[in-house]
Amino acid sequence: MADLQQSIARLQAACDNPRAQLDYYLSQGKKVVGCFAPWAPEELVHASGMIPMGMWGGHTELKMAKSYLPAFACSIMQANMEFGLQGVYKGMSAVIIPAICDTLRCMTQNWRFGIKSIPAIAIVYPQNRSNPASVDYLISEYETVLTQLYTITGQMMNEDALHETIEIYNEHNKVMREFAAVANDHLDVITPQVRHTVFKSAFFFEKSEHTAIVKDLIEGLKARPAYNWTGKKVVLTGIMCEPVQVLDILAENNVAVVGDDLVQESQQFRADTPEKGGGGLKRLALQWNERYGCSLIHELGKPRGGQLAKQCEETGADGVIICMVKFCDPEEYDQPWLEKDLRNAGHPCVSIEIDQQNASFEQIRTRVQTFCESL
Amino acid sequence: MSETVNTTAAPAAEQAAPAPKPKRPKAKSLLMIGEQTNALFESARLAKERGEKVGWSASIFPQEIAETLGIVVLYPENHTAGVAARHQADPFLQECEGPLGYSNDLCAYAKLNLAYTAVLNGESDVELPDGGKMVKPDFLLLTNNICNQLTKWYENLARQLNIPVFFIDTCYNPMDYVTETRVRYVRAQIDQLIKDLCAFTGKTWDEERFKEVMRVSQLNSYLWERANNLMDHKPAPIGGFELFNYMSAMVCNRGKDSTTAIMRQLNAEMEQHIKEGTSTFPVEEEYRVSWDGIACWPYLSHNLRTLKKYGVNMVASSYGKAWAIKYDDLDGMARAYCFASTNGDNATTMMGRRMEALKRMDCEGTIYHVNRSCKVMDCQMMEVQRQLSAMAGVPFTSFDGDQADYRNYSEAQFETRIQGLVEVMKQNKEAKKNG
Repeated sequence: MADLQQSIARLQAACDNPRAQLDYYLSQGKKVVGCFAPWAPEELVHASGMIPMGMWGGHTELKMAKSYLPAFACSIMQANMEFGLQGVYKGMSAVIIPAICDTLRCMTQNWRFGIKSIPAIAIVYPQNRSNPASVDYLISEYETVLTQLYTITGQMMNEDALHETIEIYNEHNKVMREFAAVANDHLDVITPQVRHTVFKSAFFFEKSEHTAIVKDLIEGLKARPAYNWTGKKVVLTGIMCEPVQVLDILAENNVAVVGDDLVQESQQFRADTPEKGGGGLKRLALQWNERYGCSLIHELGKPRGGQLAKQCEETGADGVIICMVKFCDPEEYDQPWLEKDLRNAGHPCVSIEIDQQNASFEQIRTRVQTFCESL
Repeated sequence: MSETVNTTAAPAAEQAAPAPKPKRPKAKSLLMIGEQTNALFESARLAKERGEKVGWSASIFPQEIAETLGIVVLYPENHTAGVAARHQADPFLQECEGPLGYSNDLCAYAKLNLAYTAVLNGESDVELPDGGKMVKPDFLLLTNNICNQLTKWYENLARQLNIPVFFIDTCYNPMDYVTETRVRYVRAQIDQLIKDLCAFTGKTWDEERFKEVMRVSQLNSYLWERANNLMDHKPAPIGGFELFNYMSAMVCNRGKDSTTAIMRQLNAEMEQHIKEGTSTFPVEEEYRVSWDGIACWPYLSHNLRTLKKYGVNMVASSYGKAWAIKYDDLDGMARAYCFASTNGDNATTMMGRRMEALKRMDCEGTIYHVNRSCKVMDCQMMEVQRQLSAMAGVPFTSFDGDQADYRNYSEAQFETRIQGLVEVMKQNKEAKKNG
């Protein structure tokens, strides 16, 4: 069993150099399929015996992407396009792109014409989830993805493999949720950046491997006495909280992250696939109906503020930091209601602008400092 | 001192100025459009007075359902376009981005409407320039074939007003065709919508009435497409921008007999011009272009003035024909609404439709409106420009603008870009002439 620091270092290395992870799997004779943020049916790739690898942008200088996207597309999609055009993803067999926002609709086409060496597979999730027909529709979308995966890679899923994959993913979800809970007793070790690393690294490992590492990490944490954190505690919400310099600013200000509602982090692990209810594809489709509180998935009532208020109460958080990805319109529509509901429930919140290509953090630093002083 | 000079100089200047050019009388079809628009708002007001439920709807929603049930429905996109075109957007934009807390990045139709709604809901005191004729809705009809922002915008309206949303998720089409599973999903939603709307409004579904509404809608779609296609004559019988004036008939009144009358009148007026070799385009048509994207409503007159200066007539638009929705039964209707807006279709379909228009109308260039409000239009436009220009062999230009936010436009940029396009079109024309 690896010790705590070794586990963290292994996950950190994957986040620092996802390319090395990609090369490692390729060297093992595995095929790798890129999975665009925010939601891709990773399980279908996994059950077909391949490695799904998350594509959540990154820090880079935008050059070639400017021939495809205007300046007001979000930095995650700009970076994915730039990396694709620059050949950073070379070796991937295909990418799966969920057409779940207006920019992502266009990304399915930009990728198709711009990066012909890596075929794009589009998936369109149903948004009217209250209609029972949405389940059959989503099953057919999954079948289309599987057909394309097989055509491109020659690897086909079978029902047993899908059931096994679902078990692996449900187990991973459970372990990630356990980590989030245990981490709050060890906020000296689980700094905001380490916490982010543990979550983000899940995109770069085969899931059972990641589960094993995180289990070791949890054991390592449990072996330590609980730490009495006396600084401020916050919950993060939004799509993501990157670059890591933003998380370092939290640490500088003696702020710990005790919970999150980020699409890149906890949202990935909070909805399990039902254990029963039909074949594997139907169960996966039903899982889509279990997802909640994501700005990209239609839901009535603007529930996020209420959910976050509850999370603050459960975790003892002093407030919420809204990580607003610049030019992310689904998030921008949620923001006014989110802020209003949190304030009405007595939970302070502040919004910071997230841009993966950001090189100057002074404005965020000032906002975080002011927010902390006000708590 | 300067004031003295101005006041004394002004009367002299007025005396010296030539008599203003008499305004061309409005075409009968345009007067009919005005009457139809007023009638719709009036019927919404009266319905409210009677205690009936009135809805707001996304612009490419299957209006046939509400029309069959006799429910009055208003269209926020159409309304806000009008507010923007009349230069009344500013206080609403300020309200939305200020007290309401919305980002400047969002669609300006949504921003205008959310602020207007805040006034209707007693949460804001911005003066309504139209006196509130866009009456407060009791329910919302939502579809996302235009964009995903509509889904979020209507989520917010529903929360703001505490009213239900009836949603038809049409799904983006990454394929060149609408998959049958999408049709089944949309059809199931239409069936559910009929049940839910009947239950909510207390109205009864009448199959015969529905068939009649479908027939009228089909006829109107045919007549609208026919009018658009009459622009293929040289010179085109009208200035292309004028067609934007008729969109309210297709957006808000697609299933009504009054639209049939307007469309017949429009077709007749255009045919009359063709017969007489005349055109409402005020100068000689030297160049024929297509327009890509929604109209830049706040600057429509500047766009037109600039194009007129060079004799450029916009004879094809990617936008207006989105409302020519053709089908002959409920399954066909489900399929048609999935494929109505090019925003919901992949780039191949989008380019195919534009290519067809460029050829049919014999366009010599394309003007792309980089509409800051509309990411779904802008985020693949560059690739479309490259491919379409290569396929059609016609030059293009683009300009920065917005469908409703007057702050996202530069008159100088538009003029320079059009000048550049005209130079290339002129060279092409001369080269063709010289063999």
